[in-house]
Amino acid sequence: MEILVLGLNHKSAPLHIREKVAFPENEIAGPLRAVNSLDGIKENLIVSTCNRVEIVLAAEDKGAVEVLKEFLAEHHGVDRGELDPHLYLHIGGEAVRHLYRVASGLDSLVLGEPQILGQVKDAFEYARDAGTLGLILNRLLKKTFSVAKSVRTDTGIARSAVSVSYAAVELAKKIFGETEGRTAMIIGAGEMGELALKHLVSSGIKEVFVANRTFEKAVALAQQFGGSAIKYEDLLDQLLITDIVISSTGAPHVIIHADDIRKLMGRRKYQPMFFIDIAVPRDIDAAVNDIDNAYLYNVDDLQAVVADNVKGREKEAEKAEAMVGKEVATFQKWVSSLQVVPTIVALRGKMERIRAAETEKALGRLPHLSDKDRQQVKALTTAIVNKILHRPQAVLKEASHTEDAGLYLEVTRKMFDLPDTPEEGAENNGNERTQKD
Amino acid sequence: MDIILHKISLLMYAFATVGFLLYLGHQKEFLSRAGSWLTGIGFVVQSLFLVVRGVKAGHHPISNLFEALNFFAWSIVCAYFILQYRFRIKVLGALVLPIAIVLMTISLTLDTTIAPLIPALQSNWLGIHTTLAFLGNAFFVVAFAGSVLYLVQERQLKNRHLGSLFHRLPSLDVLDRLQYRSLTIGFPLMTFGIITGAIWGASAWGSYWSWDPKETWSLITWFIYAALLHARLTIGWRGRKAAWLSIVGFGAILFTFLGVNLILGGLHSYN
Repeated sequence: MEILVLGLNHKSAPLHIREKVAFPENEIAGPLRAVNSLDGIKENLIVSTCNRVEIVLAAEDKGAVEVLKEFLAEHHGVDRGELDPHLYLHIGGEAVRHLYRVASGLDSLVLGEPQILGQVKDAFEYARDAGTLGLILNRLLKKTFSVAKSVRTDTGIARSAVSVSYAAVELAKKIFGETEGRTAMIIGAGEMGELALKHLVSSGIKEVFVANRTFEKAVALAQQFGGSAIKYEDLLDQLLITDIVISSTGAPHVIIHADDIRKLMGRRKYQPMFFIDIAVPRDIDAAVNDIDNAYLYNVDDLQAVVADNVKGREKEAEKAEAMVGKEVATFQKWVSSLQVVPTIVALRGKMERIRAAETEKALGRLPHLSDKDRQQVKALTTAIVNKILHRPQAVLKEASHTEDAGLYLEVTRKMFDLPDTPEEGAENNGNERTQKD
Repeated sequence: MDIILHKISLLMYAFATVGFLLYLGHQKEFLSRAGSWLTGIGFVVQSLFLVVRGVKAGHHPISNLFEALNFFAWSIVCAYFILQYRFRIKVLGALVLPIAIVLMTISLTLDTTIAPLIPALQSNWLGIHTTLAFLGNAFFVVAFAGSVLYLVQERQLKNRHLGSLFHRLPSLDVLDRLQYRSLTIGFPLMTFGIITGAIWGASAWGSYWSWDPKETWSLITWFIYAALLHARLTIGWRGRKAAWLSIVGFGAILFTFLGVNLILGGLHSYN
């Protein structure tokens, strides 16, 4: 039995190909069952998002891939010639590693992004409901979730913000603790400012004020955020009850002066203020940052924070890769423990050695036997061994398709004192066997 | 027997500190949990140590500097737990526990024998007065730790240079509230500590206040924290200035506690 992943992602395929090959979420049961009925495929699971399609298989051997590609081309109405160059195939340990990396966000466009784990979990549920999961993929997916979870909690890969607007929220949280109950003001309009405000609102900001030179624009934007529009002349007074200020006007000069804020601070009882100046040229006097309990970040500062965070995530990703590597090895061990054939081979080999040795010994003590008799004795012992082994072999082969396979194999190895990891299978599976075709 | 308990608790606090420091570096949940448990075990053992000392001596275990240092260390860990219950700042232990460890380590170099209490101190007021004063000061020590963390975090935010500590330290708001909460618990305790001392002084020596060096320095400390609390409550002082004043207050505590005993002497010295 071999674990395979056939797929494509944002790196291997452009959007127009990904669109064609994506499986709509609500009708994925059909394709799942169809794939499972393909020749040589025992179990399968399909992860389909806007960035990737991954088909995870437990198949008898690599041959199943060709059949699957044929199915994909036919199902989506794409030419093999158009499809094949964008597909990648991972086999055995590399397939396990790939799945672990995908679920942990290590293979994502934004390193460490959390949504993909939810999407893999959904894919797992669809496959389970469609009945296309068996012993191996069930176990693989459960393991995948626990690996992804520990990557998330034990490394900093998902800790820090990697977009300017999220960086603003992250900073606000480090200043105000919970942003709930705080107020925010946006001055002017602009995509980045509005996005930051949107994130702030969803993190629990109590009240939003909107100021704009054109009052009608302020009213329109205020409606969008459920906030209140304020007159541009009243801006400074309103700052008295504002905690977070996002400024992105097109004004050619500074509109918030340090002196004004300094005067304000005493009246605010030194409640902290956080200024986010997204405007170029800047709206807020740089000296505001020198005032106690006031924090000013301009667009460059925020971008520097993001750049630092991205670097931090990359560093954490190395830790995550190491964790994944270790887990892959563990899973491979389990898979190879399921390999019935090597165990049977080992069992037969051992019996044969015992039989041969004992027969030789006995024949040595019976020199008067003719050659024909000797042949007879040898045939007799071989027949006995075969008869005895017949039933155990059959039971092992049956058990290999059940939950208890590992247990049967372990008991067998223990009873007959066979080596723990069957030499075949275990060695090869862990090796690099990724190929792109 | 009691000294063994002392050493066990010291060892537990040391391990706990290692746990907290490793947590600071590696962010593994179990490290901070291990740190908390070890601190808890250390605290129980240290409590036992103080009880054993008290029973053996027949009075509150505070008759010499060795016992006083340990009682102070115990008070600090006690205050730490009380505040942690509310704030759960995982890195706080990395700063508070070393203070307790230093006090306990200094105490090991001192005379550890149980001294008989001089007659003038044989009173129930001894336990009440010292417990209130020590616990009050202990809360100020935790406030100090919170203030140091505040200043570190504030520096990062102001300089817009977010180092590796940035994500590991809590928000400015939480650190500032920790300081405020510590003050509002510690200040009344210290105030009552001074009042009970005065009452006891009146009954033992016939005067409420005798300008003994420790009394003077306690008063100075009290004024510092009174000013801080006042500034916070009336004009809304907070943040950096409040943090610095709380650090000054910590200096005064250290001097009141160690400097006065070792340099100035007086009624409160443990000789």
